[in-house]
Order: sequence, then structure tokens, then C-alpha cells
Amino acid sequence: MHLIVFLILFPLVAAGLLLLLRSDIARNAVVCVSAAVIAVVSIVLSVQYVGTGWQGFALSSVVIDFVGIAISVALAAVVISFGIKYGNKIAIALAAIQVVGSLVFEFGFAHGLHVETGLYIDSLSIIMALIIGVIGSGICVYALGYMADFQKHEPEGTKDRRPTFFALMFLFLSAMYAIVFSNNMVWVFTGWEVTTVCSFLLIGFTRTEEAIANAFRQIIMNILGGIAFLVALYVAAINLHTLSFVEFIAAGVRAPHLASIAVCALAFAGLTKSAQMPFHTWLLGAMVAPTPTSALLHSSTMVKAGVFLLVKLSPMLLVCPPAQEMTILVGGITFMLCSFMAISQTNAKRVLAYSTIANLGLIVSCAAVGTPEAIWAAILLVIFHAAAKSLLFLCVGTAEHHIGSRDIEDMDLLFDRMPFLARLMMLGIMCMFIAPFGMLIAKWATLVSFVDMHQFILVLLLAFGSAATFMFWAKWLGKLSGIAGSPENVEITVHATEWVAMYVMAAIACFACILLPLVSAALVEPYIGMTYGSVVPGITDENLWISSILAAFVIIILFAGLGASKKKRVGVYLAGVSVDSDARVYRNSLSGETEATSRNMYLDSIFGEGKIRRPGEIICSAIIVVALIASGFVPPVLL
Amino acid sequence: MSFIPVLIGTVAFAVLAPILGCLLAGLDRIISARMQGRVGPPLLQPYYDVRKLIEKDDVTVSGVDGIYMTAALVFTAFAGGIFFSGGNLLMSAFVITMAALLFIMAAFSSRSPYAEVGASRETLQVMSYEPMVLLMAVCFYMAAGSFMVGDVFQRNVPVIVYTVPAFVGFLFILTIKLRKSPFDISTSHHAHQEIVRGTTTEMSGKTLAKTEVMHWCETVLFLGWTGMFFLWSNPGSIVIAVIAALAAWFLEIFIDNNFARVKWQAMLKWAWVVALVAGGINIVVLMGVVF
Repeated sequence: MHLIVFLILFPLVAAGLLLLLRSDIARNAVVCVSAAVIAVVSIVLSVQYVGTGWQGFALSSVVIDFVGIAISVALAAVVISFGIKYGNKIAIALAAIQVVGSLVFEFGFAHGLHVETGLYIDSLSIIMALIIGVIGSGICVYALGYMADFQKHEPEGTKDRRPTFFALMFLFLSAMYAIVFSNNMVWVFTGWEVTTVCSFLLIGFTRTEEAIANAFRQIIMNILGGIAFLVALYVAAINLHTLSFVEFIAAGVRAPHLASIAVCALAFAGLTKSAQMPFHTWLLGAMVAPTPTSALLHSSTMVKAGVFLLVKLSPMLLVCPPAQEMTILVGGITFMLCSFMAISQTNAKRVLAYSTIANLGLIVSCAAVGTPEAIWAAILLVIFHAAAKSLLFLCVGTAEHHIGSRDIEDMDLLFDRMPFLARLMMLGIMCMFIAPFGMLIAKWATLVSFVDMHQFILVLLLAFGSAATFMFWAKWLGKLSGIAGSPENVEITVHATEWVAMYVMAAIACFACILLPLVSAALVEPYIGMTYGSVVPGITDENLWISSILAAFVIIILFAGLGASKKKRVGVYLAGVSVDSDARVYRNSLSGETEATSRNMYLDSIFGEGKIRRPGEIICSAIIVVALIASGFVPPVLL
Repeated sequence: MSFIPVLIGTVAFAVLAPILGCLLAGLDRIISARMQGRVGPPLLQPYYDVRKLIEKDDVTVSGVDGIYMTAALVFTAFAGGIFFSGGNLLMSAFVITMAALLFIMAAFSSRSPYAEVGASRETLQVMSYEPMVLLMAVCFYMAAGSFMVGDVFQRNVPVIVYTVPAFVGFLFILTIKLRKSPFDISTSHHAHQEIVRGTTTEMSGKTLAKTEVMHWCETVLFLGWTGMFFLWSNPGSIVIAVIAALAAWFLEIFIDNNFARVKWQAMLKWAWVVALVAGGINIVVLMGVVF
């Protein structure tokens, strides 16, 4: 238990320290040391508790409750002050509603309800702790080099606001630990709100008009989720008389009619946080922030809090049809439509964002399908997505600083210009969508569980969405793989900290893929066994081993096979006399010089945002509204 | 079952599929020639072609296309090994998709504008057929109760009894998977359809030979998928399966020779409509009736 408390408090100390430090050297030291400590402690904690079932730790104190209240008030004050400064009335109103709601709750309802077991640990929180501790803190290390470059690109005389930036990053980690380890739902809620406000501040970090607008969009959508969470707390206190998460779930499963509204409200909160349609725009907007922020939001924190909550809720969703149907449909539709829209994007970060939203959709619907196989798939998706997506964001961030663009079309010849970075990026992309890598294996399990549960619509959404997934990743991969000769290598100026972080992510992705059967047996299956009593991995062991062998083969080819060739090199055929084959310039019929150019296909007329976004938002909003109403009126006695 | 049979199957497939595929390719050319009123080349012409390619000098534009194609061949062999050792159908489908991806990357690596266009179209082809492949596998799973191909031999009726719509849909996308006209838009075997070759524009010598061999292996594998629908516990069903596969293959040649290439928009639209209708109807029926 001491380690858990340490993990929640230590990042706070680091954050406080970073806020005070102004010198680069001191900051580098503190970030590196803290990140290493957090990672090591997370790993030690995992080793200590791996394979054990649910274990609670008695912790409760009036002091902590008051600290929680103080945090809520402070968060509301932050949002309201920004709302006043930038004249956003909706944000002010929502923040006010939330803070009043939580104060009334604390003093009026929560007072009599004592939660003895404040903290807990189980296999799912171990997995989350590893993701937060290793990937999250790795991103903080990466941010050192990235933010140094970022500061250089800023106009002369701009105030160096990096202390705030790094403090927020570590605060984020602390809040995430609070979410995954707290059994007291009020504490979970506090962590939930801290992550919301942290990402609000990080998205608005550059203070440009666009950044501010996007930050407010994020805060409005997520406070809606926060208010829904609060509603769930009221219902839990009034109907079920408990604020202990584990008791809440057990009581809810026993008496679904009492918990129906709470489950629906929590599912809604999960959907907003995990950026499902129609709330997906906040995550797209989040990419205006410096890249480490995006990496953190997409891979190890924020959105993962949303899916974490939904996976936890899964047993309750099974007994509450309105919430289950809502989550299944919204997740499935989001998966397909966002995969479609990703095809039409040339901006690498936007492609990544759409892919994140799509994969979260898949995880969300797995959580709602709720069979052991589906949960197995959901957890594996969380793991692989965290590793591969953080690697990709870091690669894109570094590439952007060195080639001056985040447009995929400008990544032509990246294989020559940044050879190692291009390979890492290719590894990340392959991990995201193709067999034998982990994501696809998890998707396969998803498909099986959807078929077994006779989720007809989900099967179709998955089939078409996956095909689109192939398209947008494969063409990006193709762009990266082009080789022309020997343009200047611009990779040598990449910061060491950036390399370290990218190596760590790549190593995690590789090992998770190659050691897939072990990851499944050691980390995922214990949770399934604990929650459902039976252990049924979605995929049989021999298939896991086949994919692990093939994954190893691809990784070897990628890093060792694609070297310089001894074969005779010739110029490319250009239907004319080549002047410069590397630049694809040839002599045309008028004896002038023409450069052959080609672009990837973006199919905007079919998969453009203009065509898809609006219908998707309308459908998903309608589903959510109907489900919320239904949860209030229809007692789930249909079962 | 462990994965030893898969490894044995892979080796066997790597040896036998090229031989069988080569003969099929030779027959294809003779039948096509007869359909066009020509005599056609000798049966072993594809073999002579590939042998000649192997003897050629090794020249390359990107330096890495050969490695990509080797990897693609390995994956094709694995896909075949998994399937013919009675393994998991979905796994086989996923692994062959990886081979397709490596082929696409080999084309992209040359940076030839023609190869890039071809490779982009090849990705479109994959996107077009992938939904139907998945839905076909789902229908197979629901009808046979397992993704394991070997399990069909324990059943009293062939899978086709429950999966006619999905099978028809699969035949439709088989044309795309075999890169036959009207869906040979990434690279065509018919010279009159191209100004410059698509995906394989910059491939030569051994690398081009590898793409040919890979194509032979793919043909054998996909015909295997076709035959699988007709197998049941009766050993004689193997004969029926072979006949069915050959009939499907003849149909593909017939279509190949009678249709001009379509635009990608039409391919995408029709492949997805067919997947939605054929796959969708089949799955609805299976979800409602069988279980």
C-alpha cells in the first residue's frame, strides 16, 4: 500500500519542484530522475502483486476528504477564471454547476457514508499502472528535448512557460494513479476532474486563439461527463448507500433497477472522456498542443481513464440494457466512421487522432459486450494501443521538428533522411493495424466475441472499419518506405532524451507483441479470472505463438534486413530521359525539365469529414439521448 | 494442437504450391488463348519465364524491394501452411494480408510514380475485398462452429449448405484478390490494359520472379479457401472440393477475358455492396437460424 500512496504523491512532489525550477539542467535532472523512479516503482509494484486478485487497503481520513473538496473548488476556480478571461459563459456555468453539485454532495449526502477501503489493487490497475508509469513518464522524458526545440521556435522574448508545462504533465500522472487505485468513488471523481482540467490547461498551453477555442471545447465536453459522474455519485449514495467502487458494482449487479441511472451516467462520462462521437472533436482539437501532450492524452492518460472506467463497469453494463446498447452502438459507429475519416487526412497528427478515437470505440464496445473474451480483447487493445500510439506521436513530433512539417506527403524520403526514425515509425504503424502484431490479434478476439454474442451490427461495423484501417495506414507506410539514394541525414540533431523515450516505447511495443502469450497469461487473464470466474482467452495459445514468431520475423526484417544493398542500383523509369532520378526529374518532349510527382489517395469525395462527421454526430447523439431517457424510465426487468 | 503441424504445412506448401500454381498459370494462359482464338504458349511457359528472370542480372532501384518480396513470400507460405494444415482460417486471411502489405511496400519503395499509382490502387483493392473476406470467415465460423479449417471433416454436411450468399460474395472478391480483370487495376497481366506496368514497374530479375511465385501460391491458397466450403466428413468430398475449386477458377478466367478493367470507384462500391448484402444476409440468417 505504501507504494500506491507513493505513486500518487510522488508525481505531485515532482510537479511542485518543477514549477519552481527555472534552469534547464535542474529541470532535466528532476524530470529524468522522477520519471525513472515512477517507472521503477510501478514495475516493482506490478511484480509484487502480479496475478493476485482484488486486494483492498484500509485508508480513510477526514483530512483527505477535505483535501478532495479543496481540489474540486480549486479546479472550478481555474476553469471559471479562464472562462471569465476569455468570455466563455458555458464553461463558467458548467463549472459552477459542477462545483455546487459536488459541495452539496459532500456535505449533504456523502457525509454519512464511510468508505473504509480507500485504495485497492487488482490486475487491471496493475496494467494501468505500468502504462502510466512506463509510457507516461517516458513521454515526460521525451518532452524535455521536444520542449527545448519548441522554446527555440518561439518568438524572441516569449516567456518560458516550460515549468508550468512539466508540472502539469506530472500532475496528470498523479491524477491517473488516483483514478486507477482508488476504491472511494469520490476520490476517483477528484482524479477524473484533475485530468480534465490538466488537459484543458495543456491544450490551451500555447494561448493562441485556436488553442484556447479547442481547450474550451474540451472542458465543456468533459465537464458534461464530470456532471454525469456526479449524478452517478448521487444515485450511488441515495439508492445504493455506498461510495465504495467495488461495493457499488456488486450492489448494482444485484439490484440493477436501483443502479440503472448511475450506470448510464457513468457510461456517458466514460464516452465523453474517451472521445466517442459526438464528443470526438475535443480530442481532434487537442492536437494544437505541443506533441508530448497529445502523446500523453492519447496513449497513457485521459482517454484511457475513460475506457478504464468502462471496462470496470462492464459487469454492470451487462445488467443494464440501455447503457449497454448505448455504449456498444456509439463505440462501434465511432470505430467505423472515424476509420473512414482517417483516410481523408493528410495531417499525420490528425490521422493518429482519428485512429485513437476509432480504437477507443472498439475498446468501448468490447467493454460493453462484456463477455470474458471481449474484455480480454479490450485490455489487450488498451496495452498495445498505448505502446504503439505513444511511439507514433513521439516519432511524428520529432519528424516535425526536423523536416518542418507534420504532413504525411512531406514525409516522402523519410527513410533516407531519418533512417532510424522512419523505421521506428514504421514499426509503430505496423503495430497498429496488421497481423501478426498485437492490435490485430486483439481485434480478432473482438470479432470472435462480437460474433459469439450475435452482435450483428458490430460485426459489420468492424469488418468495414478494419478495411478502412488498412487503407490509411498502408498508404502512410508506403510513403515512408520510399528510397531514392542518399539525401542528407537530418537525424543527427535529435535530442538524446527523445531517442531514449522512443527506444523505450519501441521496445515495449516489440516485447508486447513477441511475448504476447505471456502478457496475456500474466497480466490480462488474472483479471478475467477474477471478474468472471473463468479464464477464456479470446485466442488460443498456439495462434498467439504463431503470431509472436511472425512478429519477431517482421521486426528483424525491419531493423536488420532493410539495410544497404550490394545490388547494382539503377535510376527510376520516368517515361523520358532522366535528368535526376532521385528527384524524379526527366526531360520532357519540349526538351524542358519536368518533375514527376505523385500523391497518396485521400478519397475525400467518399470519406471526407464533410460527408461523414455530421451524420455520425447526429446518430450517436440520438442514441445517447434515447439511452439516457430509457435508463430513467424503463426498469431493467426485461432480463 | 501445437504449431508443429503449421510449420510442416508451411514447408510443404512452400514446395508444392509453386509447382501447382505454375501449372495452373500455364493452363490459365492456354485457356485464355483458346478463348481469344489463339493457340497459346506451352504449359510450362510460366516456369520458363520465371527461370529466365532468375538468371537475369540483379539490378534494383531502391535496394530493398527484394527483401520486401522475400518477406512477402515467407508470409504467403505461412498463410498457406496455416490453412492447409487445417489451422485457423482467420489467421490465414490475416497473414496473407500482411504479404499483400509487404508487396505494396516493395512497390512504394522504388518511388516510381507508376509503381506508386499501382501500389495505391493495390491498397484500394485490399480495402475493397477485406470486408467480404472477414464476413466470409465469420459465416464459415458460424456454420462450422469453429475457425479451424480441419474441423470441417468432422461435420455431416459441407459448410456451403449454410453459406451460399457468403460463398457467392467471396467468388466476387476472389476476382480482386487474384488481380483479374475487371479488377486488375493495380497491375494487369493483359498488356493492352496498361501504358506502364503498375506495382511491378521497377521490379526485375529475381524480385520479379518472387512476385510471380507469390502469385502462384496465392492462387493455390485462394482456391483452397474455395474448396473448403465443400468438404465434410466423407473423404470423397475432397474430389468434390477440387472440382468446385477448379470450376471457380475457370469462372475467374472466363470473367478475366470478357470484362474490361473498371475504375477503382466502381470496384470499391461493388465490392462493399456485395459484402454488405451477401455477407450481411448470410450472417443474419445464421444468427437467427443455426443457433
